[in-house]
Amino acid sequence: MTKLAAATRSVVVEREMPHPTEKIWRALTQGPLIEEWLMKNDFQPVVGHRFNFRAEPMPQWNGVTDCEVLVVEPNKRLSYSWDGSGEEAATGPKTVVTWTLTQTKGGTLVRMEQSGFRPEDERFYQGASYGWQRMVGGLKRVVAGLD
Amino acid sequence: MRTAPDALFKTLADPTRRAIFERLCRDGEQAVWMLTDDSGVSQPAVSKHLGVLKLAGLVRERREGRQTHYSAQPQGLAPLIDWMSLYGAFWRDRFDRLETLLNRMDQ
Repeated sequence: MTKLAAATRSVVVEREMPHPTEKIWRALTQGPLIEEWLMKNDFQPVVGHRFNFRAEPMPQWNGVTDCEVLVVEPNKRLSYSWDGSGEEAATGPKTVVTWTLTQTKGGTLVRMEQSGFRPEDERFYQGASYGWQRMVGGLKRVVAGLD
Repeated sequence: MRTAPDALFKTLADPTRRAIFERLCRDGEQAVWMLTDDSGVSQPAVSKHLGVLKLAGLVRERREGRQTHYSAQPQGLAPLIDWMSLYGAFWRDRFDRLETLLNRMDQ
């Protein structure tokens, strides 16, 4: 395998939101606001800042994600690394999450790309399967109960 | 050992085999005779099904004297799960929450 970059996969989620770009940037970069929609964190919008996302620990996952801020372009682009922590740090996936905001007529196009999943990360996914399933299942219940 | 999704689906397509796997998931480790008693299926047939489940990585066997005990290996189902779509579902749910937050925030 010589083309490593070509062998990795990404997850992309894109959505237009009827809100100004500056407001969405605040939700993406202010710790207490990030916690409301993503996870507990000690994020700072400073390139090089190392921080963690913390979820409830679950079987096969301690709930911690190791991150480092890579790009901060206010109201445009935000990028941080997103790696497994603890026992998963050595073998788990090392990915990068990049947020891109583009102003549109009706608001802002929000694009999230999580890149860098390697084929060999499958082992990790298998180990973490129950954690993710439970998390996604739990999320749906939480989201359903919001309104 | 990796098992292709096709082989897994084939293994679980048989209702008797699926019932045995579900029972092991639900009740934990069982000796072959315990599985035979309830299912109304002969012991050789149960043993054969267990052999297929074992090949697919869905059960594990443990010998104790002359008895063989079987337990479920639910992680054997992992190849059926599309991991990238799970991550996608995770982020789409977070987008929903982000929008809920934005609707509450001041300009």
